[in-house]
Amino acid sequence: MGRVAKIARRTFLVGAVAIAGGVAFGYYMYRRPARNPLLDNLAEDEVALTEYVRIDGDGITLITPRTDLGQGAYSIQAALIAEELDVELDQVKVDPGPPSPAYYNTALSEEGAPFRSTDEGFMAESVRGVMDALMKFMGMQVTGGSTSVPDGYQKLRVAGAVARETLKQAASQKSGVPVEQLKTARGAVQLPDGSELTYVELAPIAAGIDPVTRVALREPAEWRLIGKPMQRLDILAKSTGTTDYGIDFQIDGMVHATVKINPHQGSELNGFDASAAESMRGVKGIYPIKGGVGVVADNTWRAMQAANAITFDWAPAKYPEQMDGHWEALANSFNEEQIESRDRDDGDVEIGVAEGNLIEAEYRVPYVAHAPLEPITAIVKLEDDRADVWTATQMPRFVQNNVAKMTGLETENVHVHVLMAGGSFGHRLEDEVVKQAVEIAGNMKGTPVKLTYSREEDMIHDFPRQIAMGRGRGRARDGKVDTFDLGIAMPSVISSQMGRQDFSLPGPDSQIVAGAWEQPFAIPNYRVTGYRAPELAPVSSWRSVGASSNAFFHDCFLDELIHAAGADPLEERIRLCWHDNSRKVLEAVGEMSDWGSDLGENRGRGVAFCMSFGVSTAEVVEVTNTEDGIKIDKVYVAAEVGRVVDPINFDNLVKGGVVWGLGHAMNCEITYSEGKAEQTNFHDFEGMRLYQCPEIEVRGLENGDKIRGIGEPPVPPAAPALANAIFATTGQRIREMPFNKHIDFV
Amino acid sequence: MRLNVNGNTHEVDVEEDMPLLWVLRDELGITGPKYGCGIAQCGACTVHVDGMAVRSCQLAVGDVDGEITTIEGLGTPDALHAVQAAWVEHQVAQCGYCQSGQIMAAAAFLDLNDDPSDEEIDRAMSANLCRCGTYPRIREAVKTAAANLRSA
Repeated sequence: MGRVAKIARRTFLVGAVAIAGGVAFGYYMYRRPARNPLLDNLAEDEVALTEYVRIDGDGITLITPRTDLGQGAYSIQAALIAEELDVELDQVKVDPGPPSPAYYNTALSEEGAPFRSTDEGFMAESVRGVMDALMKFMGMQVTGGSTSVPDGYQKLRVAGAVARETLKQAASQKSGVPVEQLKTARGAVQLPDGSELTYVELAPIAAGIDPVTRVALREPAEWRLIGKPMQRLDILAKSTGTTDYGIDFQIDGMVHATVKINPHQGSELNGFDASAAESMRGVKGIYPIKGGVGVVADNTWRAMQAANAITFDWAPAKYPEQMDGHWEALANSFNEEQIESRDRDDGDVEIGVAEGNLIEAEYRVPYVAHAPLEPITAIVKLEDDRADVWTATQMPRFVQNNVAKMTGLETENVHVHVLMAGGSFGHRLEDEVVKQAVEIAGNMKGTPVKLTYSREEDMIHDFPRQIAMGRGRGRARDGKVDTFDLGIAMPSVISSQMGRQDFSLPGPDSQIVAGAWEQPFAIPNYRVTGYRAPELAPVSSWRSVGASSNAFFHDCFLDELIHAAGADPLEERIRLCWHDNSRKVLEAVGEMSDWGSDLGENRGRGVAFCMSFGVSTAEVVEVTNTEDGIKIDKVYVAAEVGRVVDPINFDNLVKGGVVWGLGHAMNCEITYSEGKAEQTNFHDFEGMRLYQCPEIEVRGLENGDKIRGIGEPPVPPAAPALANAIFATTGQRIREMPFNKHIDFV
Repeated sequence: MRLNVNGNTHEVDVEEDMPLLWVLRDELGITGPKYGCGIAQCGACTVHVDGMAVRSCQLAVGDVDGEITTIEGLGTPDALHAVQAAWVEHQVAQCGYCQSGQIMAAAAFLDLNDDPSDEEIDRAMSANLCRCGTYPRIREAVKTAAANLRSA
């Protein structure tokens, strides 16, 4: 019995170490680590040395609480633990772990705080500290904001080191050899005589000794894994069709369901006629749920066929029925009353623009769907005393709390099993699918219900990226950009998203100006104003969030002013940039692309820069104007991330981000007609195809002090770099996405 | 109705017009072929019928006339097909959801042409959508697989 008490004390290990190492001094109550959730479900022979390492008779399991959406989060998190724990990745299992406040995401709040990533001053750090405590209080175990690496970089290595040192203590106790003479490698403690004690055999002893409270993290020169090419843990399964995604997961006795939800997002169901559907083969039940109907059958296809046979009377949309109304709402938002923020206001733009030679431009960015290739799914099984949810989610704690609220169960009796996701791009930050599955499963307690969205339902109810409008006024003087005044109007995506979780946003929504106001340029008269448009169609975080629209506004307008100045696009950006590490990425893409060299007839290049999520990223796009339209030939990307953890994964994510940014800018939008999304599938929401994909060259820079995530930052500069390249080649300024409304692509 | 999948014969009692994809996934529990669009736009459901790549979401099971091979029958983690080995070598996958279909498309294509030009690769692989944007790696993996198939 003594063992349990001692393990419980060990829950304080990580916090104690962090404090001993001087990392987390000055923190108060909420800094106390949350309870280690692994202690709740330990079998007799299991030991949980920290909340990230579990050892049992079968081996070692590393807990990787950030969801793998395709970005390789499981592998990266495992590598950070394994680096210090001294295990090889082929020796461990990974498990996303249970929802628990212990796995809060402290890096996510950084982006919500109104300070530039370049601002390391006292105020910025202390406000981030407050946000951090708030995050922890709320127990936000969220995957998002390119934070898995920044969030885990320190704490996962510390967890590995704590577990290792505790196991060494155990080995010392067992062997009588002083700890100083022990080494560790490949999941075992090595004794001076050449013999080994495996972690698995030491774990029961480790559980009974006093915790190690002081560890030193290894110097980069000693690293075995970090910074070196890794083989992703999931690569074999993903190359052989053996990965179980959410949509593949099977439970004994499971039935298959699908839904039809009011296409006027968020409106109610007035009525429906399911008489034709009820008698269809395999149909087991048709149930009204919030805003629609759930159909249960013995097979997914039969459920979808039956759902298509139901006729509905939908309540009308609460937002404008046609796009004109959406654009009008944005256009009307540029007024004093709707100013959300004006945190960039250098010099005096009014004097600058009053002196003549005014340049003005208006830019538009449409709604776009996330549309990961795997439609959203959830399996829910309800019983009187517990609920089980199997789903690929980015926010298991919210899912757990919401299911508890709906069922009246205590949260600890709601078991959320996080599954592999077939992409997300922010889509799995919503949990409507889980709530709907709970409603349906309530009709058949004890039976697992798997809810699978059809592609059409998924795209119509995507909660797309925000619609946005940018208005620039500015001036060039003496061959330089002199005045830059950008206003951005959009609805608050964070408010829309948090509203669905019954949270309100404390303070202004920084995403309205993200990717614009904090750019490291020293323009004499420089202002960025965010205008909060009224809530329109419900929207959600889409890969790179506010910066996905704002970098297009900011960088393209900067390009227009540079052109008016008669300056070179790259040289003028470098001249204006006051931040060393940002200037270096601009210089890097200049060198990579041999900027200034002659590309030949009908060819041209454009450059764009955006700092987002703390990552300075510059991209150069080269295009050819062919008879069949614009062909994107080549893209060069340089990004400053402090430390590249896995160069292969880094390269793959950056290229994917570029394809994402370019593809949607080329040909994707969600438009509403009669309140319903007009695009329903990949035939009218195409993205980039392989034949359109340019060659992409990537360079990661490691000059910064802070490690940063790379999932989102390659996206924002892609669209403006393409627009600027098209201008350089054709003389045509494209100020609206998707670009194919204005120019053809090959 | 009798189906031959990956060398095994299965009896299924389903509607003639049920797409092969859903027979494989929900009736036989073979989940390598994925549902992505249901209208032959994304290619995630690609399987082989007598070696030819087909979109199983658009092929009514009643119209199947031949031996079906899914990604599970192409190769296994212990015995990879040359295309799968190239996919591992180049670490193509991000989310991986489209990759079953990409691999099946590439395997059928290389079976007909094991020395394709860049343009032929682009043409053959452009009907398969990858939302993560792994296209640069798909191109490289197809080239590696072709070289390995030629030397095999």
